[in-house]
Amino acid sequence: MSELARLAADFPILGREMNHRRLVYLDSAATTQKPVQVLEAMDAFYRRHNANVHRGAYALAGEATDLYEGARAKVAAFIHAASPREVVFTRGTTSAINTVAYGWGLYRLRPGDRILLTVMEHHSNVVPWQLVAHHTGAELAYLPMDREFQVDLTALGELLDERVKVVGITGMSNVLGTIPPVAEVAAAARQAGAITVVDAAQMAPHVPLDVQALGADFLAFSAHKMLGPTGIGALWGRLDRLEAMEPAEGGGEMISDVDLHHSTWAEVPQKFEAGTPPVAEAVGFGAAVDYLSAIGMDAVREHEVGLTAYALERLSAVPGLTLHGPADVAARGGVISFTLADIHPHDLATILDQQGVAIRAGHHCARPLHRLLDVPATARASLYVYNTREDVDALLAGLGEARRLFGVP
Amino acid sequence: MSLDDLYREVILDHYRNPRQRGSLEHPDAHAEGQNPLCGDEISLDLALEGDRVTDVRILGRGCSISQASASMMAEAILGKTRAEIGELTRRFKVMMEIEEGDAGLDEERPGAALGDLEALQGVRRFPVRIKCADLPWVTLADALGASSPPAGD
Repeated sequence: MSELARLAADFPILGREMNHRRLVYLDSAATTQKPVQVLEAMDAFYRRHNANVHRGAYALAGEATDLYEGARAKVAAFIHAASPREVVFTRGTTSAINTVAYGWGLYRLRPGDRILLTVMEHHSNVVPWQLVAHHTGAELAYLPMDREFQVDLTALGELLDERVKVVGITGMSNVLGTIPPVAEVAAAARQAGAITVVDAAQMAPHVPLDVQALGADFLAFSAHKMLGPTGIGALWGRLDRLEAMEPAEGGGEMISDVDLHHSTWAEVPQKFEAGTPPVAEAVGFGAAVDYLSAIGMDAVREHEVGLTAYALERLSAVPGLTLHGPADVAARGGVISFTLADIHPHDLATILDQQGVAIRAGHHCARPLHRLLDVPATARASLYVYNTREDVDALLAGLGEARRLFGVP
Repeated sequence: MSLDDLYREVILDHYRNPRQRGSLEHPDAHAEGQNPLCGDEISLDLALEGDRVTDVRILGRGCSISQASASMMAEAILGKTRAEIGELTRRFKVMMEIEEGDAGLDEERPGAALGDLEALQGVRRFPVRIKCADLPWVTLADALGASSPPAGD
């Protein structure tokens, strides 16, 4: 852990002060900070290699294309995809899920078909399916949660009937930290004739990921939650699925031929990348996975398990504090949601901000889950590679100040 | 900027013991307000006799600032006419816009007539929280705007 703690020096923003205190950044589930390696890779792209990709017969365009496709290969290797062709660059997790909803769901779902989600999904793995259900007459159904904040698999046999055509599941809850048994669910879905779409926005940055072993059909994640830039993410899909899927967006770069009334599509993955892609962002994404790979995702996970265990232990000792998530660190990541007595999470966030501690307060784009938890909002501290025990200690000190201000015994 | 200025005792008192809490069976005016990004919610019922607010009930949930602001507002508008409420709203808005100044509120300054609401002036030092304090007032304007078309304003 001490070795990883030194990583903070790679993140320039972590050297700044906030409200006259050291910035303690505990909102990596919302977005992560960026190491100099990512910033420099993007800067170097614009300074030395900028041109549009996949066109232009000059050498500079070739360099840009090589960097863009090189980034795709890095991302593919990072998740153990069978081939770089299985990685489609998107604007992020949300647009990746929409690509599947509109490219696969819209064309194949029929009235009475079912889309099975879990109650702990982020809005980005709920709303696209609601839209497609509205267009197709398909229905939504939900896997419940058990008392350990885990997806309740006992309901899976009952709910996963022949009507279910799509199963959507998070790889790690952005509220509870829960890591659901995705491989088990994907195997059951495949047997039932349904495809599985994994929202890996919180999973890909934090746990070693092997998409071939996972057994899902599609998996979506965002660069900005794993040390990379905003504006880019990836949709991984099994090659046969991607080849069978329609493009959700049309435009330049994604066609093979266009006449006035008809077009044919480019090969996968270009078929799904209409328009000029975010090339510098792709380069930054590649640098981010290089950075994570150099640490090793096993080491990342180990660091976070240790830090999460420490945080949970200290938080559980705070009188009046309720943790919303699994107690078992093996079943969860470093996303820690809590409420403290009658102090509203927004008030907690303001008070912590004054100590330099940045946390998130609200419903974290998971309103259905908060209704289930019967809390309108939670405070959420989320950890990453650059966080340390000192950061957790700063959080605890801030909570002490909140209790003083609100007169909570 | 001090947290003790933000979380004054009177604010915590209104937060924990909200005045005029509840709803009316047959309100003459009603509006609901929420800040979708943070989830604060206010439901406001008004009883009106002519131009005057004769009863006000508020239900809501959210942070101490939004809920205390709602409670203080309910107390402040009870028995007031539309014109008086318009003036109160104006004073509240001006108070929340003042950038600097620890001079306290003199008679000439807009906060002076606001009673408990004065306590909310600490919020303006925390710009991301101003929308919390504003929520009940925006909801009030909705309710009064919807209850009858404003005559010439």
